[in-house]
Amino acid sequence: MAEQQIKGYQTGTFVVGNRLLDPEQRSIQARTERSNTLTSGHRACQGCGEALGARYTLDAAMRATDGKVVACNATGCLEVFSTPYPESSWQLPWIHSLFGNAPAVAAGVAAALKAKGREDIRVVGQAGDGGTVDIGFACLSGMFERNDDVLFVCYDNEGYMNTGVQRSGATPPAARTANTKPVGQEPGNVFGQGKNVPMIAMAHEIPYVATATVAEPRDLERKVERAMEIRGARYIHVFVPCPLGWGAASKDTIRLARLVKETGIFPVFEAEEGEVTGVSKIRRRVAVTEYLKLQRRYAHLFKPEVNTEVIARLQAGADRNIRRFDLLADDEGAEFPGEATDQAGESESGPGTPPIPEADGQTAGMLRDTHGNPR
Amino acid sequence: MLEQLEGSQAVARAVGMCRPQVIAAYPISPQTHIVEALSDMVLTGDIDPCEYLMVESEFAAMSACIGACAAGARTYTATASQGLLFMAEALYNASGLGLPIVMTLANRAIGAPINIWNDHSDSMSQRDSGWIQLFAETNQEAVDLHIQAYCLAEELSLPVMVCMDGFILTHAFEQVDLPTQEQVDSFLPPFEPRQMLDPAEPMTIGAMVGPEAFTEVKYLMHAKQLQALDAIPEITADFTGIFGRESGGLVRGYRLEDAETVVVALGSVLGTIEDVIDELREQGVKIGALSIKCFRPWPIDEVREALEGAERVVVIEKAFAVGAGGIVGQNVRLALSGCESTVYDIVAGLGGRPITRKSLGTLFEDVLEGRIEPTGLHFLDLKKDVVEREISRMEHGKKPGPHAENILRDIGTVASDSH
Amino acid sequence: MFQVRIHGRGGQGVVTASELLSVAAFDEGKHAQAFPTFGSERTGAPVVSFCRIDDREIRTREPISQPDAVIIQDPTLLHQVDLFGGLDPDGYILLNSERGFDELDIGEFIAGFRPERVRTMPATAIAREHLGRPMPNSVLLGGFAGLCDVIGLDAVTQALRDRFPGKVGDMNTTAATVACEFIQASLSESAHA
Repeated sequence: MAEQQIKGYQTGTFVVGNRLLDPEQRSIQARTERSNTLTSGHRACQGCGEALGARYTLDAAMRATDGKVVACNATGCLEVFSTPYPESSWQLPWIHSLFGNAPAVAAGVAAALKAKGREDIRVVGQAGDGGTVDIGFACLSGMFERNDDVLFVCYDNEGYMNTGVQRSGATPPAARTANTKPVGQEPGNVFGQGKNVPMIAMAHEIPYVATATVAEPRDLERKVERAMEIRGARYIHVFVPCPLGWGAASKDTIRLARLVKETGIFPVFEAEEGEVTGVSKIRRRVAVTEYLKLQRRYAHLFKPEVNTEVIARLQAGADRNIRRFDLLADDEGAEFPGEATDQAGESESGPGTPPIPEADGQTAGMLRDTHGNPR
Repeated sequence: MLEQLEGSQAVARAVGMCRPQVIAAYPISPQTHIVEALSDMVLTGDIDPCEYLMVESEFAAMSACIGACAAGARTYTATASQGLLFMAEALYNASGLGLPIVMTLANRAIGAPINIWNDHSDSMSQRDSGWIQLFAETNQEAVDLHIQAYCLAEELSLPVMVCMDGFILTHAFEQVDLPTQEQVDSFLPPFEPRQMLDPAEPMTIGAMVGPEAFTEVKYLMHAKQLQALDAIPEITADFTGIFGRESGGLVRGYRLEDAETVVVALGSVLGTIEDVIDELREQGVKIGALSIKCFRPWPIDEVREALEGAERVVVIEKAFAVGAGGIVGQNVRLALSGCESTVYDIVAGLGGRPITRKSLGTLFEDVLEGRIEPTGLHFLDLKKDVVEREISRMEHGKKPGPHAENILRDIGTVASDSH
Repeated sequence: MFQVRIHGRGGQGVVTASELLSVAAFDEGKHAQAFPTFGSERTGAPVVSFCRIDDREIRTREPISQPDAVIIQDPTLLHQVDLFGGLDPDGYILLNSERGFDELDIGEFIAGFRPERVRTMPATAIAREHLGRPMPNSVLLGGFAGLCDVIGLDAVTQALRDRFPGKVGDMNTTAATVACEFIQASLSESAHA
């Protein structure tokens, strides 16, 4: 169930700062007392999903712990764009060691704090998909296995972006990267490879595993808060679009994050000790093509001609996730409720936005008067 | 108090008395007894407060130490050989970040071919990593050096590795005077980090440094390590004051006063060398020895001072630079540049081959009689016929097969050989 | 300096034997050094361990190639391993076997040694009786204390008690004492023969 219980998209923005919500329900980003843990001045690209994800995550962690967090960061975009020597945009104690050891460094920090009687200070380890899924994998599994008191966050933009967009174990099938180019028999990244780290985390039966996207900040924040209520190894996998690496418009970052969920490609869920405890249902299901066509890394699936076979395989993958995680709300059928139109850029609501249900009450009336119907 | 115990147990007790707060270690022969003993001590509360992390690899061990040390805890780990290599990236990271981690290195050969026995190829492979490298001659010294190491590391904010010969020292039972907790406490105060991950005073550690500043940062690392050349003698003097014995230091001379020939070596082999020197001295040979206690930083002045009067310097080392020559020998030649002494590079003890009094005696005689070439590398006790057979195989066979297996077949090795 | 070399197979406590011997020597106020040859841990493989005993500090660390005494824990090593390499004609031999040297086919070789310094003894049987397991090492140490005066039985039993607490220590001590008496009896028998 989605965190935000608002009905519809009254304000025209469905991200942060919904002033119609109860203050407590608002995103931490909407509050003036937010930590700004990753403060402005960093060198991230325009539309960087990871900068967004890191900001949401750490501000939530700081709020949940009364400002007592130590962050251990792997090498990667986040580390590079946030600490251009001699400047740093971090407003919390932060250490970058190596590419593959963030989970182990975090475990060490947690052990030190425990030995020093400072378990009130919490540890967050963070890395991109490279530092989590591939080179950091052994350390990650070790940290899980020992149940070290660390929240590890993976910002997954599905490739080694900082070094020029190479394929990682998180790169989805058919995607173009610098070393999985759309040439030869099987264009793009091959099918049948890759790791599902959230499920691997669940297999370790650690206290808490969750996935989230930057399209739903309140959901991500709540998951971080939930994680901070728990001691032991915890893992959050955040889907963060990379406009540069994916060949997407920088203004589409949030849209892409929403679409990846609404297609079923990226299941959003929570699990505790190896069992799924909650699933964020798809609000209005969308075909994978709506997601793919916004990214040049999939352009070869549409030009010079539409590669129906590969698209069908990708759709089948999404269908499988929907089945596996039971991602459809009960009233959603297996059919798509009509082809979503390519209205990117036209209306802020974007494709797949349901019409506002007839609601009574003062607020709804006010809305109709001032905004009319958004379609 | 005097006790008869295994080297590993003695080291574990000494490390325990240094009050480490985080221990992260991965088992590898021949260090296992040390980390097992420490694990027991943590479980029973003999070391308290202390968190013991059962890490999944040596890379994870050093990484956890980096995190723990950066968070302000006194940390410890131990490894050998392959494990040291597996953490190589992290070693450079630790020294680059200026973290005062102390590590035991139970010297062991590096494969391939896999070999679990003692030599110095592991520590030599990381001599440029920015870590201070100290070498113990005896288990007593191994105990003492760990205590001194924490003092040194925390004073300079640099990591220190205490090298002790695997099996030869780690698994040997001998007499050790173990200090009391009070003695160690009076010598080693609680850790006061120069930098610390602390929400009360947030700081960013580990930023990228570009071409405009990197040289200066590295220069400072070099300068800082050189400070150890002054710090070590001070620390060893303080140590003698509290514990009543001499241990460690930069170098130690043995019967150098009028020595015309000086044998240079590191670690436990000095004991055997000194026995041979005593024998030769009785025959009137003017021979002495120089033990290098601190290999990094390289105590160039002290080595030069000890050796410059000698006609012949015989460097015996348990590692070498493949394709180039000696390692310690090269450093010694640097110290002696401009001097008249002839330097001989002898490689011995590789992969645990025993260095015997007999072989050393013959070697020194050969050197004195001019039967050894001062240029090039001389391998003590090399089985020439075996090597020649293998070379001939290579030259004449299209598929001569793997060296190691061929040689083992040649030698007909049975594990029971007591050499 | 007195140098002892102990031969046996993995799992028979060869390494422990040399360690205990060194502790016993230490308890008598001597310097002692004990160490094994090493292979990867494996039961049944031939193992050698060493112990040096001296009144002054022991500096050398090479394997013992010229022992003053050889203790053999497993007779099946005869004819397989060079057990007696470097042993002086004045040296001591203590061999774990129910049979005598002649029966073991080395009578002629043994004749080259001083008769009061070489013995076989049924250490495994004594161990079975007093320890309940065929672990001959502490028995042989007791026998060695009887055979050679470089180490006394009291020191051996003290070392056994330090290593094995409680009842196990008692059993080992008994076994070592029985062994020592066995050897001493055998020696005085020969002396009177």
